[in-house]
Amino acid sequence: MNTTYKKSLAVEGGNFDNAGMASIEIKKILKDLNIHDDILRKTAIAVYESELNIISYARNGRINLIVDDNEISIDVQDEGPGIEDIELAMQPGYSTATEHIRQMGFGAGMGLYNIKSCSDRFEISSTVNVGTHLKIIINRGNNL
Amino acid sequence: MNLASLVRELNLGVRCCHDKLDREVEGGYVGDLLSDIIANSKKGDLWITRQSHQNIVAVASLREHAGIVLALGREPDEDTLEKATRESVPILVTDLPGFEIAGKIYEIITGQ
Repeated sequence: MNTTYKKSLAVEGGNFDNAGMASIEIKKILKDLNIHDDILRKTAIAVYESELNIISYARNGRINLIVDDNEISIDVQDEGPGIEDIELAMQPGYSTATEHIRQMGFGAGMGLYNIKSCSDRFEISSTVNVGTHLKIIINRGNNL
Repeated sequence: MNLASLVRELNLGVRCCHDKLDREVEGGYVGDLLSDIIANSKKGDLWITRQSHQNIVAVASLREHAGIVLALGREPDEDTLEKATRESVPILVTDLPGFEIAGKIYEIITGQ
């Protein structure tokens, strides 16, 4: 049987008060869908880092989740400054975070790297002064 | 070893979720960088940190930690406690520095 679940969540840039809440909501959905623990872990990390990137750097953004029998697809689009040098931004430890963001324990420069590590397929595109688009695919393996 | 036993043995303060202390502590993780915690800690870990702001709750909830220990006399912010209660993440506190409390917890849960 081919079933598809879809959910779209808005994330407000700069609002650290609700940081992680979209990720928690998505994780609860996936738990209800009986997604295996290891897949759940990878998805939670990828979604959390994506959510925090929107909050830390963009004006606003949206996380679109699509789950089918084979894979979990997370599409993240934001309106914001974009990324000038994607290759540099992907390097672990590279960050443009402000002191305020760092003091809270964010901005370690591990975000995009962690997302890629947790993805089975990962695409990133960005336009300076427009925004950034991430496409994250995590395979469900034989966990149906 | 559950949280209640650790609270008793190490004289930890309990700031919320008194009804969740039957949770098993399977391991521990120490750190203040949230990207490190989210990527490398494990389910059932007790997370020792000096971060006391509300964003620690989402991390602990997402990774299904047994709870959070705030070291060095740190107290949780009010909104941290509200979120922790809502997400059922026990917040514990100690005056000991992170290194010392981690060592004591390690000794107890590994039986060394």
